[in-house]
This record gives sequence, C-alpha cells and structure tokens, in this order.
Amino acid sequence: MQMPQPDSSVLSRKAQIVAALRQVLPDTAVIDDPRQTKAYECDGLTAYRCPPLAAVLPSSTDEVSAILRICHQMGVPVVPRGSGTSLAGGALPTADSIILGVARMTDVIETDYENRFIRVQTGRTNLSVTGAVEENGFFYAPDPSSQLACAIAGNIAMNSGGAHCLKYGVTTNNLLGVTMVMMDGEVVELGGAHMDSGGLDLLGLVCGSEGQLGVVTEATLRILPKPEGARPVLIGYDSNEVAGACVSDIIKAGVLPVAIEFMDRPCIEACEAFAKAGYPMCEALLIIEVEGSPDEIDHQLGLISEIARRHNPVELREAKDADEAGRIWLGRKSAFGAMGQINDYMCLDGTIPVSALPFVLRRIAEMSKDYGLDVANVFHAGDGNMHPLILFDANKPGDLELCEALGADILRLCVEVGGCLTGEHGVGIEKRDLMVDQFTAVDLEAQMAVKDVFDPSWLLNPAKVFPLASSEARRSARMAAE
Amino acid sequence: MSVVTTAGGPAPQTPRGLSGKMKGVVDSEVALSECVAGLSGPVRIVGGATRSFGSGTAGDVLSVVGLSGITLHDAGALTLVARAGTRLTEIEAALDDAGQRLAFEPMDMRGLLGCEGEPTIGGIVAANASGPRRVQVGACRDFLLGVRFVDGMGNIVSNGGRVMKNVTGYDLVKLFCGSYGSLGVMSEVSLKVLPKPEAVASVVFSGLSDAEAVAAMSGALGSPYEVSGAAHDAQAGKTMLRLEGFDASVVYRAGELTRLLARFGAAVTEQDPKANHALWRAVRDAETMGAQGDVWRISAKPGDAPVLAAETGADALLYDWGGGLIWARVAKGTDLRARLGAYDGHATRVRGTGDAPVFQPQAPGIARLSAGLKARFDPKGLFNPGGLL
Repeated sequence: MQMPQPDSSVLSRKAQIVAALRQVLPDTAVIDDPRQTKAYECDGLTAYRCPPLAAVLPSSTDEVSAILRICHQMGVPVVPRGSGTSLAGGALPTADSIILGVARMTDVIETDYENRFIRVQTGRTNLSVTGAVEENGFFYAPDPSSQLACAIAGNIAMNSGGAHCLKYGVTTNNLLGVTMVMMDGEVVELGGAHMDSGGLDLLGLVCGSEGQLGVVTEATLRILPKPEGARPVLIGYDSNEVAGACVSDIIKAGVLPVAIEFMDRPCIEACEAFAKAGYPMCEALLIIEVEGSPDEIDHQLGLISEIARRHNPVELREAKDADEAGRIWLGRKSAFGAMGQINDYMCLDGTIPVSALPFVLRRIAEMSKDYGLDVANVFHAGDGNMHPLILFDANKPGDLELCEALGADILRLCVEVGGCLTGEHGVGIEKRDLMVDQFTAVDLEAQMAVKDVFDPSWLLNPAKVFPLASSEARRSARMAAE
Repeated sequence: MSVVTTAGGPAPQTPRGLSGKMKGVVDSEVALSECVAGLSGPVRIVGGATRSFGSGTAGDVLSVVGLSGITLHDAGALTLVARAGTRLTEIEAALDDAGQRLAFEPMDMRGLLGCEGEPTIGGIVAANASGPRRVQVGACRDFLLGVRFVDGMGNIVSNGGRVMKNVTGYDLVKLFCGSYGSLGVMSEVSLKVLPKPEAVASVVFSGLSDAEAVAAMSGALGSPYEVSGAAHDAQAGKTMLRLEGFDASVVYRAGELTRLLARFGAAVTEQDPKANHALWRAVRDAETMGAQGDVWRISAKPGDAPVLAAETGADALLYDWGGGLIWARVAKGTDLRARLGAYDGHATRVRGTGDAPVFQPQAPGIARLSAGLKARFDPKGLFNPGGLL
C-alpha cells in the first residue's frame, strides 16, 4: 500500500509548527519526541506504520479549533484519531502530518431520557456511552466488536455497525447531531436533538466521511430503552447453501431478529479449539438472537426453529436461560481472538446481497485454494456483511502481498454480485485503490467535490478513501500553493 | 435538444397548479442526462407533482414520470430498486404481494395541498417523506440504500448501492434524501423494505392536555414495548400509541403500556385493523389540518413541543413523533418563525404563501457549505431555483 511522499517543506518546519501548537495547548497535550510519537504510528491495521510529525491531544472544541487554525495557516496535513482501532488504516499518519487525537475528550455533556438522547465528547468509548445510561434502562445501539476500546469519533468517521444493526441500524441511523470543527477552525453545529434536517442532510454526509470533512468533537446520540430480554438459538447445517437458504426464509417469513451471525467450518473449528463453547462440528453455524418479553421470545424462537427444521439442521439448540445464551455467544465473540491464535490474519468487510451468499462462499473457497491461503468466514448474515479472515504468515516474505491480492479479489467478487467493498470498517488506505472497481471516475469526482467544499486545501486525512491517482491533482495543488 | 416525449401519447401537460412550460417527459437515464446537458435555463423537477411546495417557483417543468418501473425486488434480502418516476401505488402493490412494506410510512400530501396526481418514489425520497413510524424505525433517509442521479452538467452519478451495510466512500445517498431536487435529478433509488406485521393495536388516551400528552408519549417511547407511533390530536384531545407485531405480543404490550401509563387515566385499546389504518393515515397525512389556512410543519425536541405549539397561536394542532413533529394551522400569511424565535429545530411552510421563505434559513456556516455543494453539483443553478437552495 503506497502513501504519498511527505511534504519536505512541512518536515523542515517541524520546530515552528510544534512551537505554534504549544502556544495554544498545555505542554502535556503536544507530543513531538520521536520515542513518544511512535505510539501513534499505526492503528488496527498494523501492517502499515509511520510516525507522525507530532501528536496533539486537545481537551475541548476550542482547542481543536485552535489546532486546526494553525495547521491550516501553516499548510500541515491533519490525521484525526479516536482510539486508533481502525482496521482500514483510517488513522494511519504520514511523516508530514499531525495526529489530532480526541482520546482526552470523554465527558458526558447531557443525558435526556424524556427526549431519549445523550450528548458526549467524541473521545468517549462506544461501550461507556451505554455505561452512562444503562442504570436508567437505556442503551446506545451500534455495537462494533471493538466497542470496549473504540471511540464515538471513530464510529462517526467510519459509520460503524455491529452485530445488532439488522434491527437497530448503524451509526448514521443513531446519530442526531454533531459539533464539528472545519479545517480552517470554524465550528459548525449539524442537527440537534430534533429528528430531521432543516436543509441538506449534512449530518448524514459527514457520518462515514472518514475524518476528511471536519473533526467531530461532540455528538448527540439516540438512546433506546433496553428490551425486556434477548435470547439466541444456535443452528448447525452441513452446507453453506442450506444455511444461506434458511437465513433468507426467516427474513421472508417476516421475523426480524436483532442478529443473525454466520460461521463456516474453519471458523467453527478455530473457535471451538480456543473457547470450547461446545459447538457442533459442521459446515455452517447460525446464531440467531431475538428480543422481547419471555413469551415473545419463545414465540419468535418457535417460528425460527420451525423454519430451520424444514432445512434439516444437524443441530438446533435454543438457549433456555442466560447461561446457555452466554455459551452460545462465547465462541462467536472470541472468533477473532481464536483466529489470531492460529495465525496472522487479515479481516475483510465486503457486503453482498443475502441471496448471493451461497455462491460467494463457494467462490471464496475456490479462490482460497488457488492462492494457497486458508480463509475462515464469520459474518453478519442478516444484512450480508461478510468478514472473510485470510490467514497468512507475516514473517514469510511475500505472504502479506499474496494475502492482500486474495483480499482484493474477494472484494471485487462482492462488488460483482451487487455488493460493496466495505460494510462497516471503512475504506481508509486498505480499500482505497479498489474504489475504481466499485465506482466510475464520475462517481468518485462527485464525492471528491464534497471534500473540495468542506476542506478546499485537502489537508484533512488527505491520502485516504480515494485512489492516490484520483486525488493526486487536488493534493498537489495544495502543495504547489504553499 | 434530446427531450423524449411519451411515444404516441398526448402531448405532455404541465401538472395542475404548476406554472411554466412542460419541457417533456424523459423515459431513460441517458435521455435525462442529454436533456439536462442541453438545458439553457432553470427547470422544476416533477414526479407526480404532489409535493410542489418544495420545488421552487421559477422555470419550465422537467418530468421524470417516464422513468418508471421496479428494476429489482429481492424479498429475501429486504431490498427494492425502482426508477425515480415509479408510482408509489405500484411499489406498494409489489411489496404487499411479498408481505412487505415501506416501513417509513411516506405521507400522502394530496389532501393537505389540494392537488391531484400520483405520488412517485423519487418525490418521496426528494422530500425525505416519513410518517408516524419514524419514531421507531427511522425516516426515509434511513431506508435509502442507493441513488442514481444526473447532476447539473448532465453526468450520471451512482452512490450507495442495494445492500444494507455500505460505508464505501461518502454517503451522497443521505445528501440527496430530502434535498428537494436542489442538487440533481434522481433517476433510480434503492430502498430497504421490511416485513408487514401480523397485527396492529392502538392504545388511546382521551382528554390529556398537550403537556400531559407529550409526557405520556415520552413514557411510552422510553418503555421497552416498541411503540411504532405516538401522536396527539389537540383538537380531539386524543393521544394515540401504536403497537405492531405478532398478535399475542401486541395484546401483551398494549396491556403493559396501559398499566405503565395508568397515571394518565383510562385508555381504550383499538384492535380493528381498518380502524387502525384510518387512525394512523389521518396522522400521517395531517388530515385534521383541513383545506383552509396556512400549514406549518415544525421539527423540534419533543419536550419543547407543548410550549412551542402554544406560541404558534394555531387553530389546529397535531403532534406526531412523540412531539418531535408539530403540524400547525395558522391564519394566511403568518410568519410562524417570527413568532417562535430560536429553538432546537426548524419550521417549514408546507401550505400557504407569504414573505417568509418556505424553508428555514440556515446558520451562516451551514448555509455556506450548502451553497458550496449547490455550486459543485448544479453550477448553472438549473434545478428548482427558489426551492431549498
């Protein structure tokens, strides 16, 4: 994965830039010692690393505004960062960039149960948003698997999803308003505690823009009353096709579970060895969770089981209580850890129409054989968001490149069947160069025109999302203007 | 100019209530692109012409009703793709056959605006038209998965797609939903659909003050009973809470909700499907606003609604979305915004005329961004001038 050459005029002015930042921030909020900036050299996509020029850790919207004003005036690229859990390289710095981390901005500003929202600073972690309201019976719905660590800022930048979005939607469906600082330091308010936009839906545009349009410092999030209860059922099949057909039949029958998770044999075996959850050894495993009162749960699980039985499952296990539910989820929740214990892996994130599931799984198996790299599949089947995990050996020369080539082929396959490159992780640098497989030059131009309006000098996270060749003219126009 | 008129049919007529010359009816995306590239002056983009309050005041008429037809309905994937000019009735019939529906419950504005014509899916998306179920499942923008549109240069642009989870590139889908045709002409839209529930019931309270009603609705929406509609008709003194789902579940939740809200008095539970349909259609379409007077639509924080509503001086008031949406009927020519002052939200004049603009003016920073986007997508200012942007 290529990154642009650092701007030598920025590198040569490091001392002045850092001095200017120290004038508006406390000493502890500016990090320029190379031993310390190393902590910011990568995010969750650890294969790519580069220490930034410096890192700044502001505590307020005003400080963020002051930082951006300085960087704007001095022509310094800025890479916004939440908790640094991006799997797509969304927070990967370049040597000429400042990392702007919001991790110290964790306050709850307002909770309002009558109007069902919470307002927080965006450095707050996803899970601790729920933590702030759960005593009152509420929760924040989007639940990415990194929810213990990931920040709301990053969730908004990537429009994060999670296992339960079949019912509750992703970040953009649960975001009511933001305070955002523009690259020139101007502070704007988008949305609020009301439910729809008065003009263009700029809030919807900003969510998922990967830190390229502005830095979001505060967010108003919709909170929901906790359901009375939830319970899963585990269903095993001896083929991926049959499991896929079962998912489709359940959806068509009008049952809308909160989550439908799918694991294939390589993943089941790894999870079983790691977590000993008591999973049956079969080709495909579904975990389907429903919510409601005890009677409602029984009724829905009954309907699901009836449909599932028509497809002759090798195993069907309804959770009777919280303990059994916990055991059913145990393996799934440790899937990524289990795979990590076996090998290095790369986690993909393409989405496909649910109806294409059996075909895509068959093709992935064939491709895996061709490349000689194992692939395990664990994903959100209800919404078609796949997470193929490609296993490789980072210490073996050429293996990473081979893995990336297989990953690119799998993502192209997702696009071919009517899906997309990324369902919830974002483009970052990882899928940047594949954008031409999903979009025409005209499509990409329309998106880049949006960045032209919000960040005319292309200083915010400039080397992400768009293929470097597509954004080259815009990025070099900025350097020439300096 | 390559304007295509409907083959063999009568010459296209300007829809009733709209001024301006009819440019023609395009019947393909390519024809639409050529038509836009050849435009020399502004146009008003029209589908069924049933939401004309938002489409500006000047220019000839560009109709997309020729861009019609469902291109994909994948029931097992909860997805429907249709050309922008497709009639809502056609979409609803196709979904109904599969036991599905557009869950965001788009409003039919014909009664309120006193117009004829057939609502089209493009118009619904352009207006982000969302009914009472918005409080539970979200607005039209939350169900819109993809758009194809023609920009002001005649370029055909695609964004989003047909899958439910998609964060590939910027979300222009949201930008176009509710843009009232100000940035481009939509040619095709892709939507998430949901299964129809087995049963519906409404728990109805009578005689509550507006403040009590909003408190009752907040209590219901803050409960785990999955309320799919929360409305208050101030004139009739009726506060309605809708429940949908499996039969036994609806009955159970109606009972629980009645108990939970016992402090607001006795409630009646309406279980007849036809009566429920009529009840919620009346809310969705703001039927109580009648045919006379100016009508404003106020979007606000629900808790602020009773105070705001009192300040409108309206002679008819309808609260939807648990108080988050207020319909207010006021005397002709009233500038409601001047009466309301500043609050968290905005107001739109849906029916009536006057010096005040139809849409709420934006804060300077936001206005600058919106104008910047308009200048990039429609640099010649062709689309719906005098409308949203």
